Amino acid sequence: MSRQSIRAWYLVHKWTSLVCTLFLLMLCLTGLPLIFHDEIDALSEDQSVLALAGPASSGEGAGLKPLDAMLAGALKARPGEVPVFMAFDNASPILTVTTAPRPDSPASEMTLQLFNRATGAAVGQVEEGGVMHFLLQLHTDMFLGLPGMLFLGAMGLLFVVALVSGVVLYAPFMRKLPFGTVRVSRSRRLKWLDYHNLLGIVALAWMTVVGVTGIINALATPIIKVWQMSELAEMTRAYAGKDALPPARYGSLDEAMAAARRAIPGNNPQFIAFPGGAYSSKHHYAVFFQGATPLSERVLTPALIDAETGALTDVRPMPWYMQALSYSQPLHFGDYGGLPLKILWALLTVFTIVVLGSGVYLWLGKHRSPLEARVREVETGGLAVPAE
Amino acid sequence: MKGGQPLRAIFAAPAAIAVLSLVGLVSALTGDGLRDTLSWAALAVPLAVVLWALAVRRG
Repeated sequence: MSRQSIRAWYLVHKWTSLVCTLFLLMLCLTGLPLIFHDEIDALSEDQSVLALAGPASSGEGAGLKPLDAMLAGALKARPGEVPVFMAFDNASPILTVTTAPRPDSPASEMTLQLFNRATGAAVGQVEEGGVMHFLLQLHTDMFLGLPGMLFLGAMGLLFVVALVSGVVLYAPFMRKLPFGTVRVSRSRRLKWLDYHNLLGIVALAWMTVVGVTGIINALATPIIKVWQMSELAEMTRAYAGKDALPPARYGSLDEAMAAARRAIPGNNPQFIAFPGGAYSSKHHYAVFFQGATPLSERVLTPALIDAETGALTDVRPMPWYMQALSYSQPLHFGDYGGLPLKILWALLTVFTIVVLGSGVYLWLGKHRSPLEARVREVETGGLAVPAE
Repeated sequence: MKGGQPLRAIFAAPAAIAVLSLVGLVSALTGDGLRDTLSWAALAVPLAVVLWALAVRRG
């Protein structure tokens, strides 16, 4: 590799890293406890809710209360509000109902209630508070809403460019060094240079996947908007221009669910989106079904049911960008392979923190020395130490 | 490239680790049980390599 191209890649690596490092450190430090949020929540939550035994709320038939009765119970507890979501569970009779003052109310105004679908009893309201919620908000948008999400997505993009340029610089650096070299006894700078390279290269694939899926998750709002404006609008074309269906005219949920199940037999519903929200039209119950295999379980297929008549309007598989969003969640959170996977996720996050921290250390140490000297350092595998 | 190892040699181990990491990332998505176990083993490779480097290549 010519010295000019090393210099160019060095500058790309330096600047993309410098801009994103502080935010990436914040994301790693908040992400670390978030990996274990299920386990941490379980410590503080009412154990009786988690241990609820009975038929799965996503099922049908004997032993489960009708959806209409469950919804009526939820609305009784929140007079004057409208339903936004109803979500189901495959492992327990827990059913959640989200209500809000208006169909398009922001998430901060929504109330989430938990019910036992086997008995119809309320089992509590989910409080959106506490340390984990604070960390999640900081990690998602830094309390800045959509602009914050998009900003963190841009930081993710810089992180991925830093990874690519780092890999390019790895080649001239390692030219005369065997893989895995860690020179701890020569100088502190050389030691951290080797740690930076070793940890960066072994965690490369994981960091790239978590980085890219983080960018996709940061784009969730515009991605869903595009789906709503194109696919969803096409699916409900016959209703375009009609006034929104008032909640008083919403028909039976159980009939709607039965129609949806006839359209997608054998699959479990994950949630129902009510008319007027981001996941449905102004006239439909959108019933989102999981795929039938472990791999496709995460990709949801919506069945749109006329909320007034209970008749099926359309069923369509999700377009590629919505599927990408579906897979980007587990691949970013690391919550799909049990506790051992979460522990590995945490250790790889620690590797990332060391790569970021050592990168800052290396830059702070010699950022006043001439560029040529720093390029020489890369070229010689760290042997030509830049003078101060 | 003046002297030193060819690119193929420099990136042989990193490429193998990256492929194993990707296998680990995907396999747990495709099912439970054995596929989870494969995922743990494959994603433990980056950590094992660092331990190996600290034990064998530290100087």
